[in-house]
Amino acid sequence: MNLICFEEFSKNKSSLIPLLQKIQEQYGFLPVDEMQKVSEYLEIPLSKVYGVATFYSQFRFRALGKFAISICHGTSCHVNGSVDIAQIFKDEFEIDEGGITPDGLVSLERVACLGCCSISPVIQINDKIYGYLTRKKVDKLIKKIKAGDL
Amino acid sequence: MDQTIKRLTVGMNSCGIANGAEDLYKNLSQKIKEHNLTVPLIQVGCIGMCYREPLVDVITEDTIYTYGDVTEKKLEKIFEDHILNGNIVKDWIVKKDTFKENFLSIENRTTWDIDDFFKKQKKIVLENSGYINADSIEEYIESGGYQALKKSLQMDPEGVIDEILKSGLRGRGGAGFSTGLKWKFTRKEKSKIKYVICNADEGDPGAFMDRNVMEGDPHRVIEGMIICAYAIGAPKGLVYIRAEYPLAIKRLKIALKSAYECGYLGENILNSGFSFDISIKEGAGAFVCGEETAMIHSIEGGRGMPTSKPPFPAQKGVWGYPTNINNVETLANVPWIIRKGSQAFADIGVGKSKGSKVFALAGKIKRGGNVEVPMGITLKEILIDIGGGTKSGSDVKAIQLGGPSGGCIPGSMLNLQVTYEDIAATGAIVGSGGMIVMDESTCMVDITKFFLDFTVKESCGKCVFCRIGTKRMLEILEKITDGNGTLDDLDNLLDLSEKVKKGSLCGLGKTAPNPVLTTVKYFKDEFKEHIENHKCRAGICKPLIHYEITDDCIGCTLCAKKCPVKAIEGEAKKKHFIIQEKCTKCGTCYNICPSKAIKII
Repeated sequence: MNLICFEEFSKNKSSLIPLLQKIQEQYGFLPVDEMQKVSEYLEIPLSKVYGVATFYSQFRFRALGKFAISICHGTSCHVNGSVDIAQIFKDEFEIDEGGITPDGLVSLERVACLGCCSISPVIQINDKIYGYLTRKKVDKLIKKIKAGDL
Repeated sequence: MDQTIKRLTVGMNSCGIANGAEDLYKNLSQKIKEHNLTVPLIQVGCIGMCYREPLVDVITEDTIYTYGDVTEKKLEKIFEDHILNGNIVKDWIVKKDTFKENFLSIENRTTWDIDDFFKKQKKIVLENSGYINADSIEEYIESGGYQALKKSLQMDPEGVIDEILKSGLRGRGGAGFSTGLKWKFTRKEKSKIKYVICNADEGDPGAFMDRNVMEGDPHRVIEGMIICAYAIGAPKGLVYIRAEYPLAIKRLKIALKSAYECGYLGENILNSGFSFDISIKEGAGAFVCGEETAMIHSIEGGRGMPTSKPPFPAQKGVWGYPTNINNVETLANVPWIIRKGSQAFADIGVGKSKGSKVFALAGKIKRGGNVEVPMGITLKEILIDIGGGTKSGSDVKAIQLGGPSGGCIPGSMLNLQVTYEDIAATGAIVGSGGMIVMDESTCMVDITKFFLDFTVKESCGKCVFCRIGTKRMLEILEKITDGNGTLDDLDNLLDLSEKVKKGSLCGLGKTAPNPVLTTVKYFKDEFKEHIENHKCRAGICKPLIHYEITDDCIGCTLCAKKCPVKAIEGEAKKKHFIIQEKCTKCGTCYNICPSKAIKII
């Protein structure tokens, strides 16, 4: 794993969020050690770094699953049944939104809106968006996830 | 008529890609290679017909043939018949543009489509979307791009502001404040360093206009920013864009790079002596950062919490410098206004609402997508004539406008004109442009709860009323949807609404009660039904419903097999029944029953 080159970021407070984003891009989440390094580099107390990190929904403090599923809960998705879609995943993998399966295969997140409202309900699995979801389509996706070939 | 094919395009915005456009593109590219064709294959943005995606255009000397709902199988035939042999597959054409000379410019095109989707639209912001290659500055220039910048640089900065003032352009992000006035305020401040910020933190759930503009025509936003910077005298620009839009970020970055290379950005732009730089700042997921002061704190590296105004950003913004913040769509209107003149813009629209507005149609609508309509058009024209009404064909029960800051208008008010003032009079707002259509399967109490849940999660926590007041409101709504509500709860909701409005510093808190106020105003019966009769007519609030199997049951056993809690029993080929005590009301049986024998009671 490449080390993050802190020197690419100017030594002022406005680098805090971009730095945290860079760390998350690298690790998939924000490890405490890395936040400590950010604190030292920018000379901002660790508590402040943590305060900023917890304010934004983008930042996570644990790793995502091999299949990171984000369930969109935007208005259009809600109207078109996103609560039921979420329930299928929750029942299937026995985790809540925000959780990860013990084997690390699947993690579930809720997102406020992915901006693909015209094809709702939608979910995102890793980098790909799936729209017009129905129970049937979700069952198919789950089968593929379990087989590891999505 | 020359039917030689000059160009092939695939609509590749996020929505198109989610509908399979990427695979189609790869497939088509493969076919072109296999047949040694020289026709260029281009990725374009979205024309707004999301409901017909994926879309493939076949462009000849004078016509753009748009194929809709293209599948791999359909593509085979389109390729064989049309692309190789010049025979149009008429049945699958959803749109046709005829043009003279150059189709990149909207003036040269006449558009027809199968659904009359475009008939009542007026394209300004979206004029190029879906036609030009977003990654090509040359195509943007060919469509008329950067002419407005050249024209502006020959004018006084004050003259530019005057044009924007006279056009009547108002902020498209939600507040509807005069853009020209905003520019004037920042112009007035004496400072060597000033900032122009493009607010691309499109956080309203149900809104995707800005994403489409940035993905389909990013140079338009950049050109708008440069003109704004010149007008107010700002050497620095930032695009604050939400991280959930990776494709928009990618295309903006490419566009910025080519704008620098062509001398539209950087030192001494087009030898005018004016210099301007733009950088991209990725948001980290906080709805409140759409608020100007919160956004400024976020850019500076802090928690995005609003602070009181004054000082306004125009006086003291990023790092204390005068800052002008405009939304994506607002800036995207600017090049058009300068190019065509303020009068042309002011001629569109009615009263104090000038120009066009892009709306994102979604929810239970038949034709979901982006539409750009002249201000003053009625809701009916947008939702019925353009949007085709509801998917199910039933009546529109309600329309949600303006996201969590807006409200729900009942279907009986569709004759309303879309102007800032007329919409505000209903208790909703035009907002950033999300229009979510609801039919009889939407519960108005549940949707109100949904918005409060959003606000509770997104409140930054600074103001007590926004932090705790909205939470208490959500609890009351949960009580009602659980079947434990009382009529006093309704009064408490309204009372709290007023207090949250008054007791909050920023727009988020001040407008958070709007969804509650409008639904209680227009759908009080439904609230009362939940409270007094323990009934949810839409069948959404689980504690108020139960499932029953009717005599239509054919005894296929599918429901019994699929029920996750084994609450369904019955013999094969005989009517099944549900053990109500065990049932968790997950709805699995209801959704899979092949003979629709399960009813919500």
